Amino acid sequence: MSRAQLELHIDFTRCDGRGLCTEILPELLVRDDWGYPVGRGGRDIHVPDGLAGAAQDAVDLCPLQALMLRRVTRS
Amino acid sequence: MNEIFWAFGRASGIVSLGLFTLVLLLGIVSRSGRPLPGLPRFSVALLHRSTSLMALVFLVLHVSTLMLDPHAKLSLANAIVPFTAGWNPFWVGLGTVAFDLVIALVVTGLLRQRIGQRAFRAIHWCAYAMWPFAFAHALGSGTNAVDLWFQAYAWGCAGLVAVGAGWRLSANFAETSRARLGRI
Ligand code: SF4
Repeated sequence: MSRAQLELHIDFTRCDGRGLCTEILPELLVRDDWGYPVGRGGRDIHVPDGLAGAAQDAVDLCPLQALMLRRVTRS
Repeated sequence: MNEIFWAFGRASGIVSLGLFTLVLLLGIVSRSGRPLPGLPRFSVALLHRSTSLMALVFLVLHVSTLMLDPHAKLSLANAIVPFTAGWNPFWVGLGTVAFDLVIALVVTGLLRQRIGQRAFRAIHWCAYAMWPFAFAHALGSGTNAVDLWFQAYAWGCAGLVAVGAGWRLSANFAETSRARLGRI
């Protein structure tokens, strides 16, 4: 069965590790030693429905427009 | 009645200078990537945004009351095209330049997601130019410019901006600058 899932994508060519997203989404992201965000669960950052609003806030507030939310369908 | 416009125009101008000083400082703190005591990074960013909109409101009040004021006789064209005012054109014109820059900053700020990061950033650098124009305008055409309290206030704002700009240019400005240089 396939299901559409919300995923957060970080464009590291833009991100400067300013740390706003890690503050807004501590459930999903941690900061590495250089300040860059890292997904707690690895490269693909799944956003559960309860955090969709917070994830959108992070996208809007990222000072470098490095975040993107998208729906992906995985089988 | 006329006196009211004049007084209000002056007061809103004075408040604008203070608010834009605060906006500039909050912008610098935002750029540093550091939180403030009790204020996480995203709150600093939101405060920078909301303070700038409040400053814009006072600036619009400042300009529009002086358009209504029969002494200042500022026309809409004078408010937009620098150095065309009938009264004190040079010093009023500096304020007009600051006003135009503010409009550009606010519009591109609100449309940031749409115009893209490059355009936004290029225009946003003008914020550093806007402040000195506003400051010179306040000193040069302000009716209160000779008053000691006003001098103290304006130069106090200038001192804060100088400290902020100095910090902005210092090597350890960004929160992550130490770590990125390998001195974790
Ligand atoms: S808010 Fe943007 S720039 Fe800051 S760490 Fe997150 S993705 Fe990077």
